[in-house]
Amino acid sequence: MSGAPSVLYDAPGPKAKVRNTVYSVVFLVVLAAAAWFVLAALGNKDQLTAKMWSPFVDGGTWTEYLIPGLGTTLLAAVLAIVIALPVGAIFGIARLSEHVWIRVPAGVLVELFRAIPVLMLMLFSNFFYVWYTDIDSDIRPLFAVVTGLVLYNGSVLAEVFRAGISSLPRGQSEAAYALGLRKTQTMLTILLPQAVTVMLPAIVSQLVVVVKDTALGSTILSFSDLLSNYRILSANYGNTIPTLIVIGVIYVVVNMVVTRLAAMLERRMSRRGRSTARPEGPASTTAVPMADLPVADPL
Amino acid sequence: MDFLSNYDLLGAFWVTVQLTFWSAIGALVWGVVLAGMRVSPVWLMRAFATAYVNVVRNTPLTLLVVASSLGLYQTLGVSLTTDTTTSAIDITNFRLSVLAFILYTGTFVSEAVRSGINTVPVGQAEAARALGLGFFQTLTIVVLPQALRSVVAPLASVLIALTKNTTVASAIGVAEAAVLMRTMIENEGQAGTLVFLVFALGFVILTLPVGLLLGWLSQKVAVKR
Repeated sequence: MSGAPSVLYDAPGPKAKVRNTVYSVVFLVVLAAAAWFVLAALGNKDQLTAKMWSPFVDGGTWTEYLIPGLGTTLLAAVLAIVIALPVGAIFGIARLSEHVWIRVPAGVLVELFRAIPVLMLMLFSNFFYVWYTDIDSDIRPLFAVVTGLVLYNGSVLAEVFRAGISSLPRGQSEAAYALGLRKTQTMLTILLPQAVTVMLPAIVSQLVVVVKDTALGSTILSFSDLLSNYRILSANYGNTIPTLIVIGVIYVVVNMVVTRLAAMLERRMSRRGRSTARPEGPASTTAVPMADLPVADPL
Repeated sequence: MDFLSNYDLLGAFWVTVQLTFWSAIGALVWGVVLAGMRVSPVWLMRAFATAYVNVVRNTPLTLLVVASSLGLYQTLGVSLTTDTTTSAIDITNFRLSVLAFILYTGTFVSEAVRSGINTVPVGQAEAARALGLGFFQTLTIVVLPQALRSVVAPLASVLIALTKNTTVASAIGVAEAAVLMRTMIENEGQAGTLVFLVFALGFVILTLPVGLLLGWLSQKVAVKR
């Protein structure tokens, strides 16, 4: 949105400039009224007093609750994505198999786990660990949260991998077969590395979904992550709203950093894509551009 | 299988369906408004909508749902109902979670609609402007109808994600499917696997037809170019 006029409107002339300024002022007044209304409501319930916010100036709150909570959240998210990656790759490849007895069951599993809410997967994993394993109850919530996330994101990543592999030009595997490579070798040494490179930005942005979903564990499984700290802090200081706002800001900052990282990777990939010599003409159009690949489910 | 009849399975899924229905309508309206603001010539509206989408999309839905209950209702006393009978808390929690779903899902609808606006050829908007239509007319008469038709498929996946997300309402005690599943698994011991499969099947039944129907619809209504 830098100066260049949009498709929908011309570069404003003198009249339009005045009109836009009027709209801006009206909108500003509406926003200010809404902000004042919210602040007044908060003020009425004593949510704006220094006492409510002082815990967040105190370093102890951060070192005791918020930073360890963030650590657990990130641990669960990273574990989930690291385990889900190979699972997703295996199922993505299985769905492309030539054998019906591999392709169909893999497809059914992937579609099933994509249809079940993550919360239910976490709940069930928790009970599963209670019945069939003797995992210590301190660490069980982490196991349940990670298992639920792996089952769901594994199936989402399987689709991402499938799309990534299918987006490669056919010539890649044909050349590999011509060189005498087996199907497995072609997949592992030629197709998969390229697919991972193409899909890397999508995989990183899936991390945002995973970070957000770890928060499910805190309400249903007493998983002690970043969100669960609202209970301790608001019990200690009676500052529910400030706590929820601070925790929300931390989540937003973390996720924006991850999004930025994904965008950076995407730029680097596309730069590399240009520098690699690609055959000119219609042959190069068989590769599906990144933008056409399905993005992961928004959750 | 007998114990299944002891529980109100259909009732729980009916709450899930109601949550999804009201949230979907609200999110569609709010999402289109947000998308309109994001492409508008007024700088402040664009800035507000962009900031809103980026912040809310990166917030966990669970946090929004919890905040709507603890923050809005219990701290600020916003109860969203004038009912004073014993069911008032249930109604309030239902409406608060619908509000949270609308605020959250609206951002994804907005992103989908905005990408749809980009698929409308520049010439269309130019022609509309040449006819003397203003921004609002161009957007609502020419661009949005085409944009919405081309984003039926992405909106379908947003709707499916929303259907699954309604289980988060269990965090503030709305008696939908996830709450019943938890109770049933707790009560039925190791038959819990069966319970899980029943609920899994329930969600497949809810989401699969929606996906197929809207997939078919997106083919049918898409503007062929």
